[in-house]
Amino acid sequence: MLLRDEVGPYFGEFGGRYVPESLIAALDELSAAYMTAKLDPSFQAELAELHRTYTGRPSIITEVPRFAEHGGGARIILKREDLNHTGSHKINNVLGQALLAKRLGKTRIIAETGAGQHGVASATAAALFGMECVVYMGEVDTVRQALNVARMRLLGAEVIPVTSGSKTLKDAINEAMRDWVANVDTTHYLLGTVAGPHPFPVMVRDFHKIIGEEAREQVLALTGRLPDVVTACVGGGSNAIGIFHAFLDDPSVKLVGFEAAGHGIETGKHAATMSMGRPGVLHGARSYMLQDADGQTVESHSISAGLDYPGVGPEHSWLKDLGRATYRPITDAEAMDALRLLSRTEGIIPAIETAHGLAGALQLGRELGPDAIILVNNSGRGDKDMETAAKYFGILDGETA
Amino acid sequence: MSSQVETVIESLKAQGRGALIGYLPIGFPSLAESIEAAVALVENGVDILELGVPYSDPVMDGLVIQEATQKALEDGFRLSDAFTAVREITARVNAPVLLMTYYNPVLQYGVEAFAKDLAAAGGAGLITPDLIPDEAHQWIAAAEKYDLDRVFLAAPSSTDERLAQAVKLCRGFVYAVSTMGITGARADVDSAAHTLVDRLHKVGAKYVGVGVGISSRAQVAEVLTYAEGAIVGSLLVKALSDGGVEAVGRCAADLAPASS
Repeated sequence: MLLRDEVGPYFGEFGGRYVPESLIAALDELSAAYMTAKLDPSFQAELAELHRTYTGRPSIITEVPRFAEHGGGARIILKREDLNHTGSHKINNVLGQALLAKRLGKTRIIAETGAGQHGVASATAAALFGMECVVYMGEVDTVRQALNVARMRLLGAEVIPVTSGSKTLKDAINEAMRDWVANVDTTHYLLGTVAGPHPFPVMVRDFHKIIGEEAREQVLALTGRLPDVVTACVGGGSNAIGIFHAFLDDPSVKLVGFEAAGHGIETGKHAATMSMGRPGVLHGARSYMLQDADGQTVESHSISAGLDYPGVGPEHSWLKDLGRATYRPITDAEAMDALRLLSRTEGIIPAIETAHGLAGALQLGRELGPDAIILVNNSGRGDKDMETAAKYFGILDGETA
Repeated sequence: MSSQVETVIESLKAQGRGALIGYLPIGFPSLAESIEAAVALVENGVDILELGVPYSDPVMDGLVIQEATQKALEDGFRLSDAFTAVREITARVNAPVLLMTYYNPVLQYGVEAFAKDLAAAGGAGLITPDLIPDEAHQWIAAAEKYDLDRVFLAAPSSTDERLAQAVKLCRGFVYAVSTMGITGARADVDSAAHTLVDRLHKVGAKYVGVGVGISSRAQVAEVLTYAEGAIVGSLLVKALSDGGVEAVGRCAADLAPASS
């Protein structure tokens, strides 16, 4: 069987459904609706039309030679998901799920968000389809991504700061699950990453795999061959699986995910789930996660709210254990350097999340040398991060680094 | 091979009443006080204990229980404390003790090791809010081996097929979730609870406990007209939080059904 054909609910020993029984009926309903929609040409046509006229697909690829000079001279090509409407890859999944929610007759969508990108995309889809939208966001993240909170509210969504636990993405997911358990009749939980109980990991991947499918053709057209490596940042792993998927069965193409090492994996202040975690159950699926000896989830740290998550999608865990993909840590400092470098050499300001993948591409370029072609998912734009970046670099008047 | 919980429910049935099942988290407000509080529950009319294992991501729990278990974790709760609590409580009072635990701590401890140590401590079994029977092969095998109860949840939204599966794989009782929601006191226990219990009986359940939202003597009495057990959690946790061990004992006494 091709790796691309895996449709869950299990990816090897990973995945499954570790959720309260109250949610099973909704998950079964969603699985069935998704299976039907997947085979329904009218659903696929409606989604494709939305992507063409609303998202702005296909997104382009951009070769970045001035940036690549700092990465051993390898050819580095960006897949420009940052140019999508709402500024990241998140819209691909959101439009797909919102269409499904409409088919299921749900009038209310709820979502969790870390950096706010998925929350903004969800609020956007809710506005477009005339649905009520509630976004759960860790209180810590509402502060560091205040601009995205304003965007969501402007779009008509209610943003609820979550004050339990570590007050970040993992707690926002807990709160969204609690809401869903109580309101499942009217509400669709628009989960924003390839984690969670089946069918979310498979369904969210399918809505994002268009990234890699487009990029594979675009790189072939530009260079006449497949890339040597495909890379992306990994938090929950949605943009990474989106660009990896079309290449899973191309054995010559290496797949490398870059996760957040925060202050450094040796400091304990990181979100490097694959490098430092071990398999467990979190948020409805079995996968790698950061946990202590007793199985309590350990709080993660990253300068990037979107990668600040102690879990990862089950398909990534499977790919890691199969040896098909590898995962490496990138520190806050390395990511911020790459963010500034891409801005100054190419005039493209990436999201801090995305910058982890870019820093990784420089690393890979130096390892592989000038003959290599590296495809990077430029998953989001950095506008939302200006406050963090300005503070980090001390570039606002009256501030010091 | 016999279930402590089923034995208790049967003997109460013979007395013409149902079981009051009381929940408290382990390690709140401290390990010692949580043990005293559990003992006080039994001394004041609780028939079966459900002890919560504090967990970092309790998706099935409302605010009252979240706050208590989070405090227990901040104060340094360790999984080994759960076995200590079970051992000390079962040494002092004669009531079955079920642990209510999310699955990851069990998985990390080792499913079989967990079952072995729970049985050795005198525990009766596990209630697993995020482990559905479909994913529970390993736990069911371990429970069989160590003669432990496994209590799975049934929800108003569950299909008859799923209810039948839960009934077949549960031992002790089936935990009927009264309403579509998380734990926490509610003024009304949904009529959905009665319907669900009837459906469970119809597919063969002998013992059904109703939980989530039960918070008064009247609700306990009402539930016990159609179910074998009534589970009270948040109300007891709040009493313990507000007034300590003595208050939680009084609270239990207020809830306890009169023996006929």
